[in-house]
Amino acid sequence: MNKNSNAYIFIYASLMVVIVAVVLTMANLSLKPLQQKNIRNEKMIDILSSIGIQADADNAQELFNKYIKEEIVINEQGDIKGVYRDGKLVEGETRAFEIKIKEELRKQKKTQDGQFPLFIADKEGETLYIVPLLGKGLWDEVWGNIAFKDDFNTVYGANFGHKAETPGLGAEIAEPKKDGKKVFSDQYDGKKIFNDAGEFVSIECVKGGVANQSKIAPEHGVDAISGGTLTSNGVTDMVRDCLVNYVEYIKKNK
Amino acid sequence: MSKSEREPLFSAKNIRLLTTPQVKENPITKQVLGICSALAVTVKVEPALMMALSVVAVMGIGNLVISLLRKSIPNRIRIIVQLVVIASLVILVDQILKAYSYDVSKQLSVFVGLIITNCIIMGRFEAFAMGNKPWPSLLDGLGNAVGYGWILVVVAAFREIFGAGTITLPGVGTVNVLTWFVENTSYVNNGLVILPPMALFAVAVIIWYHRARHKELVEEN
Repeated sequence: MNKNSNAYIFIYASLMVVIVAVVLTMANLSLKPLQQKNIRNEKMIDILSSIGIQADADNAQELFNKYIKEEIVINEQGDIKGVYRDGKLVEGETRAFEIKIKEELRKQKKTQDGQFPLFIADKEGETLYIVPLLGKGLWDEVWGNIAFKDDFNTVYGANFGHKAETPGLGAEIAEPKKDGKKVFSDQYDGKKIFNDAGEFVSIECVKGGVANQSKIAPEHGVDAISGGTLTSNGVTDMVRDCLVNYVEYIKKNK
Repeated sequence: MSKSEREPLFSAKNIRLLTTPQVKENPITKQVLGICSALAVTVKVEPALMMALSVVAVMGIGNLVISLLRKSIPNRIRIIVQLVVIASLVILVDQILKAYSYDVSKQLSVFVGLIITNCIIMGRFEAFAMGNKPWPSLLDGLGNAVGYGWILVVVAAFREIFGAGTITLPGVGTVNVLTWFVENTSYVNNGLVILPPMALFAVAVIIWYHRARHKELVEEN
Protein backbone atom coordinates (compact mmCIF):
# COMPACT_ATOMS: atom_id res chain seq x y z
CA MET A 1 0.00 0.00 0.00
CA ASN A 2 1.25 3.44 -0.84
CA LYS A 3 2.43 5.05 2.38
CA ASN A 4 1.45 8.50 1.22
CA SER A 5 -2.06 7.69 0.08
CA ASN A 6 -4.92 9.24 2.01
CA ALA A 7 -6.43 5.85 2.80
CA TYR A 8 -3.20 4.67 4.43
CA ILE A 9 -2.90 7.82 6.50
CA PHE A 10 -6.50 7.58 7.70
CA ILE A 11 -6.20 3.91 8.65
CA TYR A 12 -2.87 4.51 10.34
CA ALA A 13 -4.17 7.44 12.38
CA SER A 14 -7.38 5.64 13.42
CA LEU A 15 -5.53 2.50 14.47
CA MET A 16 -3.04 4.52 16.45
CA VAL A 17 -5.75 6.40 18.30
CA VAL A 18 -7.61 3.20 19.19
CA ILE A 19 -4.49 1.48 20.51
CA VAL A 20 -3.45 4.50 22.55
CA ALA A 21 -6.95 4.88 23.98
CA VAL A 22 -7.07 1.25 25.09
CA VAL A 23 -3.64 1.41 26.71
CA LEU A 24 -4.36 4.63 28.59
CA THR A 25 -7.78 3.52 29.76
CA MET A 26 -6.34 0.31 31.11
CA ALA A 27 -3.61 2.18 32.96
CA ASN A 28 -6.10 4.65 34.37
CA LEU A 29 -8.52 1.99 35.57
CA SER A 30 -5.88 -0.18 37.16
CA LEU A 31 -4.14 2.69 38.98
CA LYS A 32 -7.25 4.56 40.08
CA PRO A 33 -7.79 2.86 43.46
CA LEU A 34 -4.23 3.63 44.51
CA GLN A 35 -4.50 7.23 43.39
CA GLN A 36 -7.73 7.80 45.24
CA LYS A 37 -6.27 6.30 48.35
CA ASN A 38 -3.39 8.78 48.14
CA ILE A 39 -5.77 11.70 47.85
CA ARG A 40 -7.81 10.54 50.83
CA ASN A 41 -4.68 9.96 52.88
CA GLU A 42 -3.48 13.44 52.13
CA LYS A 43 -6.77 14.93 53.23
CA MET A 44 -6.56 13.03 56.51
CA ILE A 45 -2.96 14.10 57.05
CA ASP A 46 -3.94 17.74 56.51
CA ILE A 47 -6.88 17.55 58.90
CA LEU A 48 -4.77 15.88 61.57
CA SER A 49 -1.96 18.36 61.15
CA SER A 50 -4.27 21.24 62.13
CA ILE A 51 -4.64 19.71 65.60
CA GLY A 52 -0.91 19.11 65.82
CA ILE A 53 -0.85 15.41 64.94
CA GLN A 54 1.84 14.47 62.46
CA ALA A 55 0.72 11.56 60.33
CA ASP A 56 2.11 9.97 57.21
CA ALA A 57 0.59 7.95 54.42
CA ASP A 58 0.98 4.70 56.35
CA ASN A 59 -0.74 5.64 59.60
CA ALA A 60 -3.13 8.38 58.38
CA GLN A 61 -6.24 6.19 58.43
CA GLU A 62 -5.46 4.75 61.83
CA LEU A 63 -4.72 8.11 63.48
CA PHE A 64 -7.72 9.69 61.79
CA ASN A 65 -10.03 7.06 63.27
CA LYS A 66 -8.38 7.49 66.65
CA TYR A 67 -8.67 11.27 66.94
CA ILE A 68 -11.68 12.28 64.83
CA LYS A 69 -14.66 11.22 66.91
CA GLU A 70 -17.45 12.67 64.84
CA GLU A 71 -18.00 14.20 61.44
CA ILE A 72 -21.04 16.38 60.97
CA VAL A 73 -22.58 18.25 58.08
CA ILE A 74 -24.22 21.62 58.71
CA ASN A 75 -25.89 24.30 56.63
CA GLU A 76 -25.70 28.06 56.92
CA GLN A 77 -28.75 28.16 59.21
CA GLY A 78 -26.85 26.05 61.70
CA ASP A 79 -28.94 22.89 61.24
CA ILE A 80 -27.22 19.54 61.38
CA LYS A 81 -27.71 17.69 58.10
CA GLY A 82 -25.63 14.64 58.72
CA VAL A 83 -23.69 12.81 61.38
CA TYR A 84 -20.98 10.21 60.87
CA ARG A 85 -19.72 8.42 63.94
CA ASP A 86 -17.66 5.27 64.67
CA GLY A 87 -17.32 4.34 61.03
CA LYS A 88 -20.98 4.60 60.09
CA LEU A 89 -23.47 7.17 58.90
CA VAL A 90 -25.89 7.91 61.75
CA GLU A 91 -27.84 10.72 60.17
CA GLY A 92 -28.19 12.33 56.73
CA GLU A 93 -26.94 11.19 53.35
CA THR A 94 -23.28 12.10 53.02
CA ARG A 95 -20.27 11.73 55.20
CA ALA A 96 -18.60 15.08 55.94
CA PHE A 97 -15.30 13.68 54.69
CA GLU A 98 -16.73 13.13 51.21
CA ILE A 99 -18.14 16.64 50.79
CA LYS A 100 -16.55 18.72 48.04
CA ILE A 101 -16.29 22.18 49.55
CA LYS A 102 -15.82 23.82 46.17
CA GLU A 103 -19.24 22.70 44.98
CA GLU A 104 -20.90 23.56 48.28
CA LEU A 105 -19.46 27.08 48.27
CA ARG A 106 -20.76 27.55 44.74
CA LYS A 107 -24.19 26.24 45.73
CA GLN A 108 -24.16 28.50 48.77
CA LYS A 109 -23.45 31.52 46.61
CA LYS A 110 -26.21 30.66 44.13
CA THR A 111 -29.05 29.23 46.17
CA GLN A 112 -27.90 29.44 49.79
CA ASP A 113 -28.24 25.73 50.41
CA GLY A 114 -24.61 24.66 50.68
CA GLN A 115 -23.73 21.98 53.18
CA PHE A 116 -20.45 22.19 55.03
CA PRO A 117 -18.33 19.62 56.83
CA LEU A 118 -17.17 19.91 60.41
CA PHE A 119 -14.82 17.47 62.12
CA ILE A 120 -14.92 17.01 65.85
CA ALA A 121 -11.74 15.68 67.34
CA ASP A 122 -10.83 14.44 70.77
CA LYS A 123 -7.19 15.06 71.58
CA GLU A 124 -6.24 13.89 75.05
CA GLY A 125 -9.66 14.73 76.47
CA GLU A 126 -9.88 18.11 74.77
CA THR A 127 -12.68 18.61 72.25
CA LEU A 128 -11.51 20.35 69.10
CA TYR A 129 -13.52 21.51 66.08
CA ILE A 130 -11.87 21.39 62.68
CA VAL A 131 -13.18 23.40 59.75
CA PRO A 132 -11.77 22.68 56.30
CA LEU A 133 -11.18 25.75 54.14
CA LEU A 134 -10.97 26.35 50.41
CA GLY A 135 -10.39 29.55 48.48
CA LYS A 136 -8.51 31.27 45.72
CA GLY A 137 -4.91 32.45 45.98
CA LEU A 138 -3.02 34.44 43.40
CA TRP A 139 -2.58 31.73 40.77
CA ASP A 140 -4.83 28.88 41.78
CA GLU A 141 -6.60 27.23 44.66
CA VAL A 142 -5.47 27.60 48.25
CA TRP A 143 -6.88 25.45 51.03
CA GLY A 144 -6.42 24.66 54.66
CA ASN A 145 -7.85 23.39 57.91
CA ILE A 146 -8.43 25.47 60.99
CA ALA A 147 -9.01 23.89 64.39
CA PHE A 148 -10.82 25.58 67.28
CA LYS A 149 -10.80 24.93 70.99
CA ASP A 150 -14.09 23.87 72.60
CA ASP A 151 -15.30 27.51 72.84
CA PHE A 152 -15.34 27.47 69.00
CA ASN A 153 -13.71 30.89 69.05
CA THR A 154 -10.05 30.46 69.92
CA VAL A 155 -7.91 28.89 67.23
CA TYR A 156 -6.09 25.76 68.32
CA GLY A 157 -4.07 25.36 65.14
CA ALA A 158 -4.22 25.83 61.40
CA ASN A 159 -2.48 24.62 58.31
CA PHE A 160 -2.60 25.72 54.72
CA GLY A 161 -1.85 24.31 51.32
CA HIS A 162 -1.75 25.68 47.81
CA LYS A 163 -1.63 24.47 44.26
CA ALA A 164 0.54 26.98 42.46
CA GLU A 165 1.50 29.99 44.58
CA THR A 166 4.87 31.62 43.93
CA PRO A 167 7.69 29.64 45.61
CA GLY A 168 9.44 31.63 48.31
CA LEU A 169 6.64 34.23 48.44
CA GLY A 170 2.98 33.19 48.43
CA ALA A 171 3.92 29.55 48.80
CA GLU A 172 5.20 30.32 52.31
CA ILE A 173 1.63 29.88 53.58
CA ALA A 174 2.18 26.13 53.28
CA GLU A 175 5.59 26.10 55.00
CA PRO A 176 5.53 22.88 57.05
CA LYS A 177 5.58 23.23 60.80
CA LYS A 178 9.02 22.82 62.36
CA ASP A 179 10.24 22.78 65.91
CA GLY A 180 11.77 26.05 67.01
CA LYS A 181 10.75 27.95 63.91
CA LYS A 182 7.63 30.05 63.62
CA VAL A 183 5.95 29.56 60.27
CA PHE A 184 2.98 31.40 58.78
CA SER A 185 0.32 28.96 60.01
CA ASP A 186 1.67 29.06 63.58
CA GLN A 187 0.55 32.67 63.85
CA TYR A 188 -3.09 31.54 63.94
CA ASP A 189 -2.70 29.73 67.26
CA GLY A 190 -4.68 31.53 69.96
CA LYS A 191 -6.37 34.02 67.61
CA LYS A 192 -10.12 34.58 67.94
CA ILE A 193 -12.84 34.76 65.30
CA PHE A 194 -15.49 36.53 67.43
CA ASN A 195 -15.05 39.89 69.14
CA ASP A 196 -16.08 40.56 72.74
CA ALA A 197 -19.58 41.56 71.60
CA GLY A 198 -19.98 38.14 70.01
CA GLU A 199 -19.84 39.39 66.42
CA PHE A 200 -18.06 37.39 63.76
CA VAL A 201 -14.90 39.21 62.60
CA SER A 202 -12.74 36.39 61.22
CA ILE A 203 -8.93 36.53 61.15
CA GLU A 204 -7.21 38.78 58.69
CA CYS A 205 -3.73 38.74 57.15
CA VAL A 206 -2.42 42.24 57.80
CA LYS A 207 -0.01 43.77 55.32
CA GLY A 208 2.91 45.42 57.08
CA GLY A 209 2.38 43.47 60.28
CA VAL A 210 -0.29 43.41 62.97
CA ALA A 211 1.88 45.37 65.42
CA ASN A 212 2.16 48.38 63.11
CA GLN A 213 -1.49 49.28 62.77
CA SER A 214 -4.52 49.90 64.94
CA LYS A 215 -7.44 49.02 62.66
CA ILE A 216 -7.46 45.31 63.38
CA ALA A 217 -7.18 44.03 66.94
CA PRO A 218 -4.16 41.81 67.54
CA GLU A 219 -6.33 38.77 68.29
CA HIS A 220 -8.02 39.04 64.88
CA GLY A 221 -4.96 39.54 62.72
CA VAL A 222 -1.81 37.73 61.59
CA ASP A 223 1.17 39.13 59.70
CA ALA A 224 0.75 38.81 55.96
CA ILE A 225 3.64 37.45 53.91
CA SER A 226 5.97 40.11 52.54
CA GLY A 227 5.92 39.90 48.78
CA GLY A 228 2.90 37.62 48.93
CA THR A 229 0.15 40.17 49.39
CA LEU A 230 -2.28 38.71 46.89
CA THR A 231 -1.89 35.23 48.31
CA SER A 232 -2.33 36.64 51.82
CA ASN A 233 -5.50 38.42 50.71
CA GLY A 234 -6.67 35.11 49.27
CA VAL A 235 -6.12 33.45 52.64
CA THR A 236 -8.02 36.25 54.41
CA ASP A 237 -10.96 35.84 52.05
CA MET A 238 -10.88 32.07 52.31
CA VAL A 239 -10.92 32.07 56.12
CA ARG A 240 -13.77 34.58 56.21
CA ASP A 241 -15.89 33.11 53.42
CA CYS A 242 -15.67 29.58 54.77
CA LEU A 243 -16.10 30.35 58.45
CA VAL A 244 -19.07 32.66 57.90
CA ASN A 245 -21.16 29.59 57.04
CA TYR A 246 -20.52 28.13 60.49
CA VAL A 247 -21.49 31.23 62.48
CA GLU A 248 -25.10 30.19 63.07
CA TYR A 249 -24.09 26.70 64.06
CA ILE A 250 -21.61 28.08 66.56
CA LYS A 251 -24.12 30.49 68.06
CA LYS A 252 -26.69 27.71 68.47
CA ASN A 253 -24.26 25.32 70.08
CA LYS A 254 -22.25 27.62 72.29
CA MET B 1 22.23 -8.45 7.22
CA SER B 2 23.86 -11.73 8.17
CA LYS B 3 24.92 -12.54 11.68
CA SER B 4 28.63 -12.08 11.08
CA GLU B 5 28.16 -8.52 9.90
CA ARG B 6 25.95 -7.51 12.81
CA GLU B 7 27.32 -4.79 15.00
CA PRO B 8 27.94 -5.76 18.64
CA LEU B 9 25.36 -4.28 21.01
CA PHE B 10 27.88 -2.12 22.76
CA SER B 11 30.13 -1.17 19.89
CA ALA B 12 32.22 1.97 20.14
CA LYS B 13 29.70 3.78 17.99
CA ASN B 14 26.78 2.79 20.18
CA ILE B 15 28.63 3.70 23.36
CA ARG B 16 29.31 7.07 21.85
CA LEU B 17 25.55 7.59 21.47
CA LEU B 18 25.33 7.31 25.23
CA THR B 19 28.36 9.39 26.16
CA THR B 20 28.46 12.33 23.78
CA PRO B 21 25.16 13.81 25.04
CA GLN B 22 26.61 13.91 28.57
CA VAL B 23 29.12 16.67 27.97
CA LYS B 24 30.04 17.49 24.40
CA GLU B 25 26.60 17.36 22.79
CA ASN B 26 24.59 17.92 25.96
CA PRO B 27 21.02 18.84 25.03
CA ILE B 28 20.92 21.73 27.49
CA THR B 29 24.38 23.22 27.14
CA LYS B 30 25.05 22.50 23.48
CA GLN B 31 21.62 22.48 21.90
CA VAL B 32 19.99 24.76 24.52
CA LEU B 33 16.81 22.67 24.55
CA GLY B 34 14.55 21.91 27.50
CA ILE B 35 15.35 25.15 29.30
CA CYS B 36 11.76 25.73 30.42
CA SER B 37 11.64 22.70 32.68
CA ALA B 38 15.23 23.29 33.76
CA LEU B 39 14.05 26.54 35.31
CA ALA B 40 10.87 25.20 36.78
CA VAL B 41 11.70 22.01 38.62
CA THR B 42 15.14 22.84 39.98
CA VAL B 43 14.18 24.41 43.31
CA LYS B 44 14.71 21.12 45.13
CA VAL B 45 16.78 18.06 44.31
CA GLU B 46 14.05 15.46 44.73
CA PRO B 47 11.62 16.78 42.11
CA ALA B 48 14.54 17.43 39.76
CA LEU B 49 15.63 13.84 40.16
CA MET B 50 12.11 12.53 39.55
CA MET B 51 11.73 14.81 36.54
CA ALA B 52 15.03 13.51 35.18
CA LEU B 53 13.92 9.90 35.68
CA SER B 54 10.55 10.59 34.05
CA VAL B 55 12.24 12.14 31.05
CA VAL B 56 14.66 9.20 30.83
CA ALA B 57 11.69 6.81 30.77
CA VAL B 58 9.66 8.81 28.26
CA MET B 59 12.59 9.49 25.98
CA GLY B 60 14.11 6.01 26.01
CA ILE B 61 10.81 4.26 25.33
CA GLY B 62 9.63 6.99 22.98
CA ASN B 63 12.74 6.83 20.84
CA LEU B 64 12.44 3.04 20.73
CA VAL B 65 8.78 3.11 19.72
CA ILE B 66 9.29 5.74 17.04
CA SER B 67 12.26 3.85 15.68
CA LEU B 68 10.24 0.62 15.49
CA LEU B 69 7.45 2.44 13.69
CA ARG B 70 9.71 4.57 11.53
CA LYS B 71 9.15 2.62 8.32
CA SER B 72 5.39 2.62 8.68
CA ILE B 73 4.85 6.23 9.74
CA PRO B 74 3.37 8.23 6.86
CA ASN B 75 5.62 11.18 6.26
CA ARG B 76 2.79 13.70 6.20
CA ILE B 77 1.56 12.97 9.71
CA ARG B 78 4.86 12.04 11.33
CA ILE B 79 4.87 14.97 13.76
CA ILE B 80 1.36 14.02 14.92
CA VAL B 81 2.42 10.42 15.42
CA GLN B 82 5.44 11.56 17.43
CA LEU B 83 3.26 13.80 19.57
CA VAL B 84 0.78 11.01 20.26
CA VAL B 85 3.58 8.70 21.35
CA ILE B 86 5.06 11.33 23.69
CA ALA B 87 1.69 12.36 25.07
CA SER B 88 0.59 8.83 25.89
CA LEU B 89 3.92 7.99 27.54
CA VAL B 90 3.75 11.17 29.59
CA ILE B 91 0.21 10.42 30.74
CA LEU B 92 1.36 6.94 31.75
CA VAL B 93 4.26 8.39 33.76
CA ASP B 94 1.93 10.90 35.39
CA GLN B 95 -0.56 8.20 36.36
CA ILE B 96 2.15 5.98 37.77
CA LEU B 97 3.65 8.83 39.81
CA LYS B 98 0.20 9.72 41.16
CA ALA B 99 -0.32 6.15 42.26
CA TYR B 100 3.09 5.27 43.66
CA SER B 101 4.82 8.54 44.47
CA TYR B 102 2.07 10.98 45.32
CA ASP B 103 4.19 13.59 47.11
CA VAL B 104 6.54 13.91 44.19
CA SER B 105 3.71 14.07 41.70
CA LYS B 106 2.23 16.96 43.69
CA GLN B 107 5.50 18.86 43.53
CA LEU B 108 5.98 18.24 39.85
CA SER B 109 2.30 19.03 39.23
CA VAL B 110 1.99 20.48 35.75
CA PHE B 111 5.60 19.88 34.80
CA VAL B 112 5.05 16.19 34.18
CA GLY B 113 2.47 17.22 31.62
CA LEU B 114 4.95 19.69 30.23
CA ILE B 115 7.37 16.88 29.38
CA ILE B 116 5.18 16.70 26.27
CA THR B 117 6.45 20.10 25.23
CA ASN B 118 10.05 19.32 26.14
CA CYS B 119 11.72 20.05 22.86
CA ILE B 120 14.58 17.61 23.50
CA ILE B 121 12.20 14.70 23.00
CA MET B 122 10.69 15.90 19.75
CA GLY B 123 14.16 16.89 18.64
CA ARG B 124 15.59 13.41 19.16
CA PHE B 125 12.56 11.69 17.57
CA GLU B 126 12.86 13.81 14.50
CA ALA B 127 16.64 13.92 14.26
CA PHE B 128 17.54 10.40 15.31
CA ALA B 129 14.79 7.85 15.84
CA MET B 130 13.12 8.48 12.46
CA GLY B 131 16.27 7.42 10.65
CA ASN B 132 17.96 4.84 12.86
CA LYS B 133 17.48 1.31 14.12
CA PRO B 134 15.70 0.65 17.44
CA TRP B 135 18.74 -0.23 19.56
CA PRO B 136 20.85 2.84 18.70
CA SER B 137 17.69 4.93 19.06
CA LEU B 138 17.08 3.60 22.55
CA LEU B 139 20.68 4.41 23.51
CA ASP B 140 20.45 7.85 21.96
CA GLY B 141 17.23 8.58 23.85
CA LEU B 142 18.65 7.40 27.16
CA GLY B 143 21.90 9.27 26.58
CA ASN B 144 20.22 12.56 25.85
CA ALA B 145 17.76 12.22 28.70
CA VAL B 146 20.55 11.49 31.17
CA GLY B 147 22.52 14.42 29.79
CA TYR B 148 19.51 16.61 30.41
CA GLY B 149 18.91 15.04 33.81
CA TRP B 150 22.32 15.54 35.34
CA ILE B 151 22.33 19.24 34.49
CA LEU B 152 18.91 19.46 36.13
CA VAL B 153 20.15 17.77 39.29
CA VAL B 154 23.32 19.90 39.46
CA VAL B 155 21.33 23.12 39.12
CA ALA B 156 18.80 21.88 41.67
CA ALA B 157 21.52 20.97 44.18
CA PHE B 158 23.08 24.42 43.81
CA ARG B 159 19.73 26.16 44.23
CA GLU B 160 18.57 24.10 47.16
CA ILE B 161 21.85 24.34 49.09
CA PHE B 162 22.25 28.08 48.68
CA GLY B 163 18.57 28.99 48.62
CA ALA B 164 17.18 26.89 51.42
CA GLY B 165 20.28 25.40 53.06
CA THR B 166 18.97 21.87 52.62
CA ILE B 167 19.18 18.84 50.37
CA THR B 168 16.08 16.77 49.73
CA LEU B 169 16.69 13.25 48.51
CA PRO B 170 14.11 10.54 47.89
CA GLY B 171 14.01 8.11 50.78
CA VAL B 172 16.20 10.32 52.97
CA GLY B 173 14.06 13.41 53.28
CA THR B 174 15.25 16.95 53.86
CA VAL B 175 18.72 17.28 55.33
CA ASN B 176 20.10 20.57 56.60
CA VAL B 177 23.54 21.02 55.14
CA LEU B 178 24.48 24.57 56.09
CA THR B 179 23.56 24.36 59.78
CA TRP B 180 27.11 25.20 60.87
CA PHE B 181 27.21 28.42 58.83
CA VAL B 182 23.75 29.51 59.95
CA GLU B 183 24.56 28.95 63.61
CA ASN B 184 28.12 30.24 63.75
CA THR B 185 28.30 32.99 61.16
CA SER B 186 25.97 35.72 60.00
CA TYR B 187 25.19 33.61 56.92
CA VAL B 188 21.62 33.80 55.59
CA ASN B 189 20.09 31.77 52.80
CA ASN B 190 19.89 33.65 49.53
CA GLY B 191 16.25 34.12 48.56
CA LEU B 192 17.13 34.98 44.96
CA VAL B 193 18.53 31.49 44.40
CA ILE B 194 15.05 30.02 44.93
CA LEU B 195 13.49 32.25 42.28
CA PRO B 196 13.44 31.20 38.60
CA PRO B 197 15.96 33.83 37.36
CA MET B 198 18.71 32.15 39.33
CA ALA B 199 18.16 28.91 37.42
CA LEU B 200 18.77 30.87 34.26
CA PHE B 201 22.02 32.26 35.70
CA ALA B 202 23.11 28.81 36.83
CA VAL B 203 22.39 27.23 33.45
CA ALA B 204 24.11 30.16 31.74
CA VAL B 205 27.24 29.71 33.84
CA ILE B 206 27.32 26.00 32.97
CA ILE B 207 26.94 26.83 29.27
CA TRP B 208 29.65 29.49 29.55
CA TYR B 209 32.08 27.04 31.17
CA HIS B 210 31.16 24.38 28.64
CA ARG B 211 31.88 26.66 25.67
CA ALA B 212 35.11 27.86 27.23
CA ARG B 213 36.24 24.24 27.41
CA HIS B 214 35.04 23.35 23.91
CA LYS B 215 36.19 26.20 21.70
CA GLU B 216 34.73 24.56 18.58
CA LEU B 217 31.21 25.25 19.89
CA VAL B 218 31.68 28.99 19.88
CA GLU B 219 29.91 30.54 16.92
CA GLU B 220 31.97 32.59 14.53
CA ASN B 221 30.08 35.88 14.52
